[in-house]
Amino acid sequence: MKEQSKYVIIGNSTAAVAAIEGIRSVDQTGGILVIGDEKHFVYGRPLISYYLLGTTDAERMHYRPETFYEDNGVALRLGVRAAKIDPAHKEVTLSDGSKVGYEKLLVATGSRPFDPPMEGIESVPQRFHFMTMDDALALETVLASDKKVLIVGAGLIGLKCLEGIAARVESVAVVDLADHILPSILDKTGADMIQRTLEEHGATFYLSDSVSRFDGNTAHLKSGKEIPFDILVVAVGVRPNTELVKEAGGEVVRGIVTDECSRTSIPDVYAAGDCAESYDIATGTQRILALLPNAYFQGYCAGVNMAGGSERFDNAVAFNAIGFFGRHVLTAGAYTGEAYTEQTADTYKVLFVKDNLLKGFILIDLPERAGVYTAMLRSRTPLSEIDAESLKQSPGWNAFPEKMRKEHFAKEV
Amino acid sequence: MKRIYVNEEWCLGCHLCEYECAFANSGISDMVRALKGKQIHPLIHIEDSGDVHFAVNCRHCKDPICVKSCISGALSKGKDGIVRIDRDKCVGCLTCVLVCPYGAVLPAPDGHAAMKCALCTDNGRGEPNCVKYCPNGAIVFETREEA
Repeated sequence: MKEQSKYVIIGNSTAAVAAIEGIRSVDQTGGILVIGDEKHFVYGRPLISYYLLGTTDAERMHYRPETFYEDNGVALRLGVRAAKIDPAHKEVTLSDGSKVGYEKLLVATGSRPFDPPMEGIESVPQRFHFMTMDDALALETVLASDKKVLIVGAGLIGLKCLEGIAARVESVAVVDLADHILPSILDKTGADMIQRTLEEHGATFYLSDSVSRFDGNTAHLKSGKEIPFDILVVAVGVRPNTELVKEAGGEVVRGIVTDECSRTSIPDVYAAGDCAESYDIATGTQRILALLPNAYFQGYCAGVNMAGGSERFDNAVAFNAIGFFGRHVLTAGAYTGEAYTEQTADTYKVLFVKDNLLKGFILIDLPERAGVYTAMLRSRTPLSEIDAESLKQSPGWNAFPEKMRKEHFAKEV
Repeated sequence: MKRIYVNEEWCLGCHLCEYECAFANSGISDMVRALKGKQIHPLIHIEDSGDVHFAVNCRHCKDPICVKSCISGALSKGKDGIVRIDRDKCVGCLTCVLVCPYGAVLPAPDGHAAMKCALCTDNGRGEPNCVKYCPNGAIVFETREEA
């Protein structure tokens, strides 16, 4: 007999947990089944670098308390994958051949590493990705103080990997096609500051360069340089897992297309997390915001709506807090419009203003009260309604008129 | 739930609440030993602007964005409505600092975690020390539920 659950969730990471919490805020009893291909208890994915760094451990990485699924009446099917969605019969076929019927389905399938074609890659004996706990555990087994590591990709994933392993290996080299590190969140000036910090911790960078060919434990770069290494980590980018929805006839552009209620184009099928697109209010475009908080916002919104409540997530914006060896990089929004810049030897701040709105910002080692800026972005508060000069100098509620302050500090929020 | 509310028209900007907060969370019973000659790291802070002064600390939001954004599950909202941080689970990424609209989640001085107000439920005081010692009733601890 076919298993049936009122709510079925494919995926068991942030968006799934958020959906469970969203569903239970409306419906305390309807059955929830979670299908997850990882065997680990749900953990914060971005914590894998902190695991290798030693600032957390497998137990403390748990994203929710051990009793979370039990407390929320959630049935788990771990170690299996969803193979097919049949929207006409409202059922999901699993990789073990079994079928599960649903009333409401959430697709929270995340993303997978992107491997660009690289000549000779199969000749590299030890190569890794860095997205999951299993990736981190596999990498950990080969780390040793006499090993040289090559990371392809100077983005968020590659450089957090670098931080996690730098003290556990002999050296780390990083290659990236871009002319500066962290191109998705930093401009050249900010990137150069962080690059110096990483170099002080032993990293070597090969920027505006790429691997033209691997030959066993040697990478031959386009520039003609050769890098000998023992361990290769490929962190070039990710691809959303959209196939299930696409094959079921749902609309997919780059990611699964969703509306502000997290619905896909297929009735009763929702999508959230790194597999789904959001409407980014800072850039004004529909795009994937593969960031943990965004996965939560989308997942929670999906859950509430799946359970018959009414929730809209209509102020998505990219924001990122990332640290390297004690330095903190906090960024958000789009880097367009007029730039207001302050730089000291140790700190860097850029605010981007356009159309009477704060559109984006970069803050290096200036974390205090950064959330006031983020809130300005998300609420789209016109700068003309506040003391914009004061806000530019430092984020604070003293830039807001008394009436606005009272709405927040004299009332429940 | 009982929360801290601000009557900014009564605030003198004396910053006493910051000292009382730092003292309450110092784990030291003598105020002079706890604070004298030390840089304090209070969980409440006074914002000043000309003649205007007001205190800012965690609002214990009904829909806390810090909890939703936390990458490690270290932040949670209890059944009592209090938003707490489990510093043992926190990895110090500061996502919560990046999203708190009030600037009320702060980087801890040790650099390895964030910190925030739990209404003095986590330090043995039982009631908010900042409110207790505010000389002017500029911060109060009471229930103001929306109708």
